[in-house]
Amino acid sequence: MESSIAIRMVNITKTFGEVVANDKVCLDIQRGEILSLLGENGSGKTTLMNMLAGIYFPDSGEITINGNPVTIASPKDAFDLHIGMIHQHFKLVDVLTAAENIILGLNETTVVDLKRVREAVKQICDRYGFVVDPNKKVYDMSVSEKQTLEIVKVLYRGADILILDEPTAVLTPQETQKLFCVMRNMKADGKSIIIITHKLHEVMEISDRVAVLRKGHYIGDVPTAETNAQKLTEMMVGRAVSLDIERSEPVNRTARLVVNNLNVCDKDGVNRLTDVQFTAYSGEILGVAGISGSGQKELLEAIAGLQNCRDCSSIEFISEKGEKKQLSGMHPIDIKRLGVALAFVPEDRLGMGLVGSMNLTDNMMLRSYREGKGPVANRKKPKKLAETVVRDLEVVTPGLNTPVRRLSGGNVQKVLVGREISMEPQLLMSAYAVRGLDINTSYNIYHLLSEQKKRGAAVIFVGEDLDVLLELCDRIMVLCAGRVNDIVDARATTKDEVGYLMTYLKEGGKDRE
Amino acid sequence: MSKQKSASHEPFVRMSKRDGLPLWKSLGVRLIGLTLALIVCAVIIYALTKLNPLRVYAAMVKGAFGTNKRVWVTIRDIMMLLCIAVGLAPAFKMRFWNIGAEGQILVGGLAAAACMIYLGKSMPTIALLVVMFIFSMLAGGVWGTIPAIFKAKWNANETLFTLMMNYIAIQLTSFFVAKWENPFGSNTVGIINQMTKAGWFPTVFGQMYTLNVIIVMILAVLMYLYLRYSKQGYEIAVVGESENTARYAAINVRSVIIRTMAISGAICGIAGFIAVAGASHTISTSTAGGRGFTAIIVAWLAQFNTFIMVGISALLVFLQKGAIEIASQFDLNDFVSEMITGIILFFILGSEFFINYKIRFRGGKKEAGK
Repeated sequence: MESSIAIRMVNITKTFGEVVANDKVCLDIQRGEILSLLGENGSGKTTLMNMLAGIYFPDSGEITINGNPVTIASPKDAFDLHIGMIHQHFKLVDVLTAAENIILGLNETTVVDLKRVREAVKQICDRYGFVVDPNKKVYDMSVSEKQTLEIVKVLYRGADILILDEPTAVLTPQETQKLFCVMRNMKADGKSIIIITHKLHEVMEISDRVAVLRKGHYIGDVPTAETNAQKLTEMMVGRAVSLDIERSEPVNRTARLVVNNLNVCDKDGVNRLTDVQFTAYSGEILGVAGISGSGQKELLEAIAGLQNCRDCSSIEFISEKGEKKQLSGMHPIDIKRLGVALAFVPEDRLGMGLVGSMNLTDNMMLRSYREGKGPVANRKKPKKLAETVVRDLEVVTPGLNTPVRRLSGGNVQKVLVGREISMEPQLLMSAYAVRGLDINTSYNIYHLLSEQKKRGAAVIFVGEDLDVLLELCDRIMVLCAGRVNDIVDARATTKDEVGYLMTYLKEGGKDRE
Repeated sequence: MSKQKSASHEPFVRMSKRDGLPLWKSLGVRLIGLTLALIVCAVIIYALTKLNPLRVYAAMVKGAFGTNKRVWVTIRDIMMLLCIAVGLAPAFKMRFWNIGAEGQILVGGLAAAACMIYLGKSMPTIALLVVMFIFSMLAGGVWGTIPAIFKAKWNANETLFTLMMNYIAIQLTSFFVAKWENPFGSNTVGIINQMTKAGWFPTVFGQMYTLNVIIVMILAVLMYLYLRYSKQGYEIAVVGESENTARYAAINVRSVIIRTMAISGAICGIAGFIAVAGASHTISTSTAGGRGFTAIIVAWLAQFNTFIMVGISALLVFLQKGAIEIASQFDLNDFVSEMITGIILFFILGSEFFINYKIRFRGGKKEAGK
């Protein structure tokens, strides 16, 4: 038994300032197993793995590999010990080819022999079922290709232990299946794999064993076969959490946003949205599904006045009182002046929705700082709002004066959603509202959106998890290559149907509804 | 697995980021840094020149504060540097790399000099000063706005643009120096209105430079309030952090860029006015004298807090004055003094590192390297 343990971490502690990221964590990884590392945002999963990868150094504790105590002081040490980590954010050089990226930093003394590298890459690919074109430049690659390249890179360096940090967050369901297939092949080859993920159904599908961290403490591990999503959530959160999304019937359903003939093209003149046509109703959640980059971002930004629409486009907002207002061609400031209560939770939270270096109070006033007369900005109301949001949404923060950049991902999103909801929107748009969030926070966000729907807001929810879209939304609009492929009833449709609509453009699909 | 190492092989030093340090501690770190800098300087001075370092330091103090007049000249120069740094603060807070303060100072100074020369006889001094103030401000503002417009409209690189505007301003100054040459053939403007003193700052409370201090301190306080509490100051901070966020917040990024640079340029123009009317009473291509660049260091080191800028300006001017004094008193050349300035700046910047990071040594328990 002892000999099958690849890595043993004993009493690992790591602190950042006052924050204890890992507190005496003990973790074993067997050879030839897939281990899921589960935990809420900020529970210390990534920190723990970074210590294996040589990015951080533990304050105390011991790591043994194959029974030998080791020191991992740098990523190079990690490579020497055959540990490879695939980070959430890819570490590739865009202008180099796949093969060049693979040998980058290896410091091979001989002349770079790209031919031999290509040969070796091909061997690795054949063995595990990857598809990598060694001559392709990274900037030409899709997200999934880049990820594959990252994996091949660490395998080329001889990694026996692979750490994948949220690898599926950016992948489509099909790409995820491909990745899992490769992971199973690697496992069969005797490699150990640690996967960090928030998606419980993936944990159940791919892993052999699940280890759970909570607030830096090691809670325990269970064989996947002996547990289920509900039990894992309880281990993670520390109390029972309902995994049902409450979906009420739409009430008082009236047209709130009527979009016709919406055409948007990007800087290079490429059409990102073509003849988009749909209506969003008050009191319902309209889901938007699609492969990433199908025009979701452009759609929401066009409604918010952040994209230039073609002249023929029409975006008509109908207020509660029935007044019609044309939003197409307007700047955000014009929309604001029209009195349209439009809340927008953008995909890029710290790059668009919030200012990372500013504290909570200052972020609360981002959309409302003009209020009040005179040149002086009023900070009293934002401060109150910040207090309310922190209390109601259970934001974990050292204080109101902490820059939001220092908060964990889930708390950042709570701050953003809290601010947007506080303006009592008539139309609420959110893009990938739960990306990277742990299960508990995700359900909080779903709950908040449902509440807005009950309040009578029209909610547009751009999502990537089809299960959630099917459970949360009333209708689902499927985008495909910048067109509306179809709008389906979320209660009647299936995952397969939506998945199909995401990938195959129907003839005349845009004319429906 | 040939390269396995034993567990005791912990890295010798490690750094870790620390959470905000209390103010008194961070001040303490800076004080230690300054003390260390003086000690290192002393060792080097002694090693190179065999002079008593304490005497050298005393000479520096004497150079800056030795006589009443010196004290006031030092204060005058501190105010000048502070004024420019105050002007640069909004631009750099907006992440607009305004390295064109030199040019903005020069055109401001030119406007002031022109008023003195052409209007000097026709107006009472107070009215003339007001007119000079306004024209200098406008000139500097225009000089700052031009690159801002190009940045806002066509996304032209502001660093190169403002830099090139400096050279235009220098050429313009050369032209006017030739035009206003006095006496003929000297290739300088000479002291303007030496007899009438029209357009010179009047002595207030018996001191020549009181008005400099008053104007600059008012500007510093206003800028502090503007950046910290005004809506426009908030907009500057948002635009500086992320233009996407600014657009999302319905901020008109273009107009914020142009407005902010108009303010930045205007204050640098006022600095030019003070340099001409309140200090040299002449104009030349060296009126700005590189202070437009030094002020960038002041603004950044102070993190755009105008009150901290006072201290940093004072330190830099003190070092410069002291350096000139030791150069002449001990017959050393300028390099020694510049070396001292360099070492002290190095230690000040170094203390910023220790304020943000903690150092831990192998085997040592926490808390090493406070």
